[in-house]
Amino acid sequence: MNLHEFQAKELLAQFGLPIPRGRIGGSAGEAEAVARRLGFDRCVVKAQVHAGGRAANGGVRLAASPTQAGRIAAELIGRPLVTNQTGPAGQQVRWVYIEEAVEFSRSLYSAVVVDRSAGEVLLITGDHGDAGVMPRPGGAASPAACVKLRLSGDRVTGDFDGAASTYGLEPDVAALLAKRLAQLADAAVALDATMIEVSPLVLTQAGELVVLDAKVTVDDNALFRQSDLAALREASGFEDGDPVELAADRHQINYLKLNGDIGVVVNGAGLALATLDLLHEAGGRPANFMDIRTTATSLDIAYAFELIAANPRVRAVLVNVHGGGMQRCDTIADGIGIAVHRSGCAAPVVVRLAGNNAEFGAARLKSYGVPVIEAADMWEAAKRAAQLATRKAA
Amino acid sequence: MAVLAGKDTRVICQGLTGRAATYHVARMVAYGTRLVAGVTPGRGGRRHLDLPVFDTVADAVAATGASASLVFVPPANAAAAMIEAIDAGIGLVVCVTERVPVLDMIRVRQKLAGSLTRLVGPNSQGVLVPGATQLGVMTTVNARRGTIGIASRSASLTSEVVAQTTAAGLGQSTTIGVGGDPVHGIGLAQCVSLFLDDPATEGIIMIGEIGGSDEEEAAALIEEMRPGKPIVALVVGRNAPPERRMGHAGALAAGKSGSAAAKIEVLREAGVRIAPRADLVGVTMRQALVS
Repeated sequence: MNLHEFQAKELLAQFGLPIPRGRIGGSAGEAEAVARRLGFDRCVVKAQVHAGGRAANGGVRLAASPTQAGRIAAELIGRPLVTNQTGPAGQQVRWVYIEEAVEFSRSLYSAVVVDRSAGEVLLITGDHGDAGVMPRPGGAASPAACVKLRLSGDRVTGDFDGAASTYGLEPDVAALLAKRLAQLADAAVALDATMIEVSPLVLTQAGELVVLDAKVTVDDNALFRQSDLAALREASGFEDGDPVELAADRHQINYLKLNGDIGVVVNGAGLALATLDLLHEAGGRPANFMDIRTTATSLDIAYAFELIAANPRVRAVLVNVHGGGMQRCDTIADGIGIAVHRSGCAAPVVVRLAGNNAEFGAARLKSYGVPVIEAADMWEAAKRAAQLATRKAA
Repeated sequence: MAVLAGKDTRVICQGLTGRAATYHVARMVAYGTRLVAGVTPGRGGRRHLDLPVFDTVADAVAATGASASLVFVPPANAAAAMIEAIDAGIGLVVCVTERVPVLDMIRVRQKLAGSLTRLVGPNSQGVLVPGATQLGVMTTVNARRGTIGIASRSASLTSEVVAQTTAAGLGQSTTIGVGGDPVHGIGLAQCVSLFLDDPATEGIIMIGEIGGSDEEEAAALIEEMRPGKPIVALVVGRNAPPERRMGHAGALAAGKSGSAAAKIEVLREAGVRIAPRADLVGVTMRQALVS
């Protein structure tokens, strides 16, 4: 789960990290009113999207007055913002964050990230090497220093002093930086964040280290114990992602829409990736990625099958299932049978069932009266589906 | 012979009294696994599936001499259960739990360092020694005792490759699911190393996918060892949409090093035979064994 900048900052502030004064606005009028109420002359208007590279693409702009803040908000809200991290379609801006402009003399990079290969939590720091009011767009941090953190229960320890001492800062500033880095690490652990990136962390004229921008990604698997964050997602409408994919997720199905014309029904992420590879090899183009999780019931599977059948681009459906110990062929056959009974399926369905309860699954499909084309192995099935889709397209 | 476990391995199940554990443990007992006890805090002294239940792993080990534990505990307490098993000196811990928080797994990894425990999982289908013992939730319908060691990041593809190696007349010595999570216990490299030392294993199959560095680490090990046994690899995800979550949190194309193409390249350079398609893994291994 990705948090927006304003959410991330509010959370970091709870761990003692200073943030500039600011407020969220959902319209030009709100943006102007916020700037006026907080007494800002010069302020920064920041598009709230789950992507970096905003400053370089007009998503973070300096306003000289509340009136101008309103004008900038009007230009940003309701339009997609395209950056090097959003993809070509960009991300729709629904909110802007209006924040006091902070003059700084030094700009640093800091992040706490999970290194999946090493199985460790790392603190990464760097120097942006710029000063001013607006961070330099796309400013690369160098040199990057890396410190391994240690978790014991809820406590996190590491050589924060060492990390803070590498930037030639005055001793009192270095000591303050060490404190801020420790607070960042505390926040990462307490929030179950897989990534917290503060870039930049700036040194102000007053000698304070302030979080000017922050990105936080929270581990979805830990939301059960981060009920405030889970509630934030449910309640605020700030949920990111495709609504169809999120609905499938609630049905225990990992589903991603792709650009092709062959609907794909598979159990297990590995087999699903293998199926995409086989389809490409056979000259077919998958319309989706699907991984039926072990926890999906036949009704969940019916829901997912209906997503595929309802996709007007789909010219053939490939069912490639290897029944395992937890998700058996018959459950998936039931799901398909229910879906076809309920909503029909115009496209031909190629089915390959193997593994646990394969024969039982095939018998279930027959008893539902679902017309299927049976394939002996997954390569035959992929070839057949590709042929059918091509023929239909011609 | 096999690796990690055998028919005499005495196994306890943490979380035995839960619904999923009850279902799967009954199947394991039927398969021949020597289940000796269960552990559920607060349920000590009762019996479940005709097995004694203890409050702690230490109590269960003291009473039964178990050397392996199967963790069937829900995500919120799975890490604590693994750590308890490590503290009790259990030699093999297999965790099937899905969706364990990643920081919890880092806590577990820190506990594992320097311990005597080997951890398989989490989010793993487990370890199967066909005809001898089943520690996990995999299907056994197509498994046959044989000579191929299978190490895999994917439960569904393991079932598939088990069926293929059985159809090829080879069978399996042991199958190990390292689990689909980004931070896990033993990796593909350690599995390869175990299989190389196992006289019953004549060939090794690795099943990898995009993301992470398990395959690269295995390639480095193979490059260094120059083993005499044939090793075949299947790496899936060449056509996965880039940088998107694909079910396993682990299956993320994290930069160039994690791509399927890059993994295939380093494995090939290390002397590993690459299965050209997912349906040809068994055939590729049979060819490798005769050549």
